[in-house]
Amino acid sequence: MCMKLAGFLLLLAGWAIVAAAVVLLLPANARTIFVLAGVGVEIIGLTLAIRSNPLAGREKE
Amino acid sequence: MRIPISITEIALIIVLILLAPLAIAGLALINTGLGRSRSAAHSMLASLCIFAVAAGAYLICGFAWQGYIGAPAHVIVVAGRQWNWLARAPFFFRGMDFNASALSLAACLQIFSVGLAALIPLGACLDRWKLSAACASTALLAGCTYPLFAHWVWGGGWLAQLGINAAMGRGVIDAGGSGTIQAVGGLTALALAWILGPRRGKYSLEGMPTAIPGHNAVLILFGCFLALFGWLGLNSAGAMLFTGAAPVRVVLISMNTALAAGAALLAAVLITGLRFGRPDVSISANGWVGGLVASSASCAFVSPVAALVIGGIAGALVTYSVEWFELHFGVDDPGGAISVHAVAGIWGLLAVGIFARVPASVMNVAGDLPGASAARDSGQWLAQLVAVATLIGFILPLTYGLNFALNRIWPQRVPMEGERQGLDLYELGAGAYPEFVTHSEEFGQFR
Repeated sequence: MCMKLAGFLLLLAGWAIVAAAVVLLLPANARTIFVLAGVGVEIIGLTLAIRSNPLAGREKE
Repeated sequence: MRIPISITEIALIIVLILLAPLAIAGLALINTGLGRSRSAAHSMLASLCIFAVAAGAYLICGFAWQGYIGAPAHVIVVAGRQWNWLARAPFFFRGMDFNASALSLAACLQIFSVGLAALIPLGACLDRWKLSAACASTALLAGCTYPLFAHWVWGGGWLAQLGINAAMGRGVIDAGGSGTIQAVGGLTALALAWILGPRRGKYSLEGMPTAIPGHNAVLILFGCFLALFGWLGLNSAGAMLFTGAAPVRVVLISMNTALAAGAALLAAVLITGLRFGRPDVSISANGWVGGLVASSASCAFVSPVAALVIGGIAGALVTYSVEWFELHFGVDDPGGAISVHAVAGIWGLLAVGIFARVPASVMNVAGDLPGASAARDSGQWLAQLVAVATLIGFILPLTYGLNFALNRIWPQRVPMEGERQGLDLYELGAGAYPEFVTHSEEFGQFR
């Protein structure tokens, strides 16, 4: 459950980075880089949330 | 915003809107066919109940929070720019004139759109979701999650404003609802599949998934045909009402929708045929619907060849995604709702940024005049990416949190006895096929 919570917090953090970049940054390059960084954080969060499922990855064991 | 003016145009939109319920009927048949026979009547009744609750919740507060382009909204000002984040319309459609204005036509289309979005999670929760809990969860989706994202994209909200406020193309374009309807529903399906857990007997004690095939392939495939008609209406009416597409675009939209679905189906048939030696009916049907889903966002703004490519990629994505969710992620999704609606929907949104040539006349925010933003095409892909990031980074945690809280107050899963009997007998007291269905015992050696 802690792992899933951490995953969701990372998802929200990634989105916050994306939203802040869109709203606050004016230069197009900086905005693009921060949006991509936010998406990267979201991918980590999503991976964590998915892997927190007790049945995830069991086929490899 | 281009408002329909001629009576012919209004009549066309009304006909297209009246096709939209066929998408709901098709999806209900597909879900029922992919579930077990002992829960078939429950699945169909749940589909009707979900539509009824979604329409009611949307009437009460959904449309008030979604609003429409140019309607009053709550605005925050950051760095000198206005960002529109929530509509400020009266509840219960108060003050609306039902006179075939663009506003009333949009409200009418939205009743069916929200019904379709709310029906999607049922596919992932088949055979174990209480009817009462399905209705309560639907109220959360139709009254909160869906209107919020729909306002941001279709109601002139901050995602639609990315064009005028942040020079990202023309803002997020989602003509038929790949993100707004499909991905929102698909991500809610993922959240619910996590919360409910897999069906009894789906995974062995070692964690290996067991095949539980759908009980009626005819229902599944007939549902696919119905869904095509529904999508033609959804895509065409949505493009006209939410992006200001001209009525002549209906020709292109219809072709693109059918081509994308066909390409997706063929991709799924080909992949499953090559991998398993013969085509798989349920995955091929999922591929068909995945093609429809992916076509929605860009249907009015891509060439037929691009629609083929979008559909083909969607079919391949759905085929592999179904396997990944079941085998590697441990998510039991009997209807393939997560792969078909969330994965293909997200792909459809991204495809706009890759393939679409959005004309200058397209407007998704108030005051965006034709030709005034002709130089803003370059950042369209970034706007679409921001929409996807919002879906995954905000809508998924929101819908998971809402359903998690609901599950604490009102457990959403039926007890083990209900699954053993089947939801028809347990919740309704009678089966869909009372005279000729037998079941084997499946609960012995599985978790």
